Amino acid sequence: MTHLARLAQQLDQIFVLAAHWLLSYLPAAIQPLCSAILSVAAIIIVFATLFAITTWLERKGLGRIQNRYGPNRVGPFGLLQPIADGVKSLTKEDIVPITADHAVHFLAPVLLVAASFLGYAVLPIGRNMVLVNLNAGVLYFFAVGSMMELAVFMAGWSSRSKYSLLGAMRAIAQMISYEVPLVLASIVVIMQAGSLSTVSIVDLQATYTGIWPHWFVFTPWGFAGFVLFMIAATAESNRSPFDLPEGESEIIAGYYTEYSGFKFALFFLGEYIGMFATSGMAITLFLGGWSAPFSFLTWVPSYVWFFAKLLAIISVFIWIRGTLPRLRMDQLMNLAWEFMLPMALLNLFTAGLWHFMAAGSLRWLVCSTMVVVPCILLSRGLKHKKKFQVRTYHYSD
Amino acid sequence: MNSLQNYLLLSSLLFSIGLAGVLVRRNAILVLIGIELMLNAANINFIAFWRFGPDPSALTGVIFALFSISVAAAEAAVGLAIILAAYRHSKTTDLDQMNSLKG
Amino acid sequence: MILALLTVAGMAAAMGLRNAVHCVLALTLGFVGIAALYLQLGAQFVGLAQIMVYVGAVAILAVFAIMMTHNPESANLPVFSSQWIVGCIVAAAVFAVLARAISSSAAFTQVLPPQPGATVHQIGDSLMHRYVLPLEIMGLLLTAALIGAVVIAMDRKEEMR
Repeated sequence: MTHLARLAQQLDQIFVLAAHWLLSYLPAAIQPLCSAILSVAAIIIVFATLFAITTWLERKGLGRIQNRYGPNRVGPFGLLQPIADGVKSLTKEDIVPITADHAVHFLAPVLLVAASFLGYAVLPIGRNMVLVNLNAGVLYFFAVGSMMELAVFMAGWSSRSKYSLLGAMRAIAQMISYEVPLVLASIVVIMQAGSLSTVSIVDLQATYTGIWPHWFVFTPWGFAGFVLFMIAATAESNRSPFDLPEGESEIIAGYYTEYSGFKFALFFLGEYIGMFATSGMAITLFLGGWSAPFSFLTWVPSYVWFFAKLLAIISVFIWIRGTLPRLRMDQLMNLAWEFMLPMALLNLFTAGLWHFMAAGSLRWLVCSTMVVVPCILLSRGLKHKKKFQVRTYHYSD
Repeated sequence: MNSLQNYLLLSSLLFSIGLAGVLVRRNAILVLIGIELMLNAANINFIAFWRFGPDPSALTGVIFALFSISVAAAEAAVGLAIILAAYRHSKTTDLDQMNSLKG
Repeated sequence: MILALLTVAGMAAAMGLRNAVHCVLALTLGFVGIAALYLQLGAQFVGLAQIMVYVGAVAILAVFAIMMTHNPESANLPVFSSQWIVGCIVAAAVFAVLARAISSSAAFTQVLPPQPGATVHQIGDSLMHRYVLPLEIMGLLLTAALIGAVVIAMDRKEEMR
């Protein structure tokens, strides 16, 4: 192997080698436990730092989209703003309503953060860099994702306040409705990859024909699945345009109205960490995980590609938040059950066709039409019932 | 917990706790929860016998437990729908007060 | 052993607490404990499916039902029904019979055999080849249960006029 190739490989595996070197100083009996603790600590530190960077990026990005500066006082370009936010949330008084259920009120943000962080255990962040290579990795991810809904309910119910309860009911209805298209969109990938293990799904996508990678997003069913997965992931994380349960102009703050100070910061953290985890799963399933987009770029370390794709998806989330208006509750539920569920089922059928047809341009044509035409027909058909009029403005004289 | 006997004792303990809950609680929803608990205890039995049994590679216990989980979920949904309909009629979920068929 | 104690404590709390929502949360803890027991026994798929179905769906369904049938003055009513002593005696008798049957059998004291391979691939194979009929019937059953639950719980105010 040439000198440069060996250097690239060492840079790629630098964290794995560093962990092995650190662990070699410990007795062999406690090495597995310490390796697990080291990996977990690394994940928590890295993604909490990414959370801090994202809060800054979001406020700056939203500000620029809305034609204003974001925060620009605290450091150069407002870069120290996350630290200021952290200090503020830690030093605020922790107010709990008297009639609130104290035990459940305290446990709700804890459960949310714990459930969000548990999802990172099966994401392959780089080559050989996954915490646990579970045989049923994707199922594990969705199982711990479904625990977040219980935390949301606990928060809304224990506050004994009408806004909280209303926000919690809406949030749970939204989250369980969108869990169905989310899981169905990922089943397409599982069908093609033949395995529930995230490591083998990424390994299957890390091959190249010529310079083009075999990412699943570059196939018709993969592209449709990716779009469905992203829309469902936005709804699962209660992000705009699906943030009716927590919209400030609608329902004060929804299910975390009665939380202040550090617990509010924990809710914020839990939601963003859940958003990163779902984006990470989208990258693993559709965008090839840690593999490079072109075959001549494989010398760049694998974790750099993973975080670059993650930052790209986060920027798209921020862009969508600043651009699209909020969906009403019934529009939201209609989208999930009337549009996304049939599209996800059709996508399953298309992926099955793709698997059984011979490789070539015929299957590209057939599968693309099977994905695009029902989408257009269904959206036209669903708009037919509703009467859209030209908006007229009446001014008082 | 390294023998089949311990797992079976655990599942029978959970089963009797669920049975006690079904027979003793007033709220209809909690009775349904007790039924779910009994189904879970039976599932533990299935998996334990699969693991310690003569032919684990046939996966019989695992498949049975999977089907049992889905049937329990379906039955919980229907049971809760019935409780909701009964609540709308009699405005209470107290099982002691739903005795209009008592002779 | 710790998992077993946690599960039993959670389920006992689920059956004994006064507030219905606390009961369901303790039940969730018990479900997670049972899922951990499945993982300990080597049934990975069933354990994760248990969390996804029970914690993610059944517990939330129970919580919704409690919220929709919430009666504020029911907090003053006694928790247990009027014949609770008979219920406890019956449950204790059932446990005694089962425990005696289990302890007296000599076939149950072997130690843990090596891990069987219950990969998802094998589960899928057996579901599609050997157990395809129960799988299809389960699909029909779930459809019927779904439609039935929606029809039973539907708000019929328009028909009553």
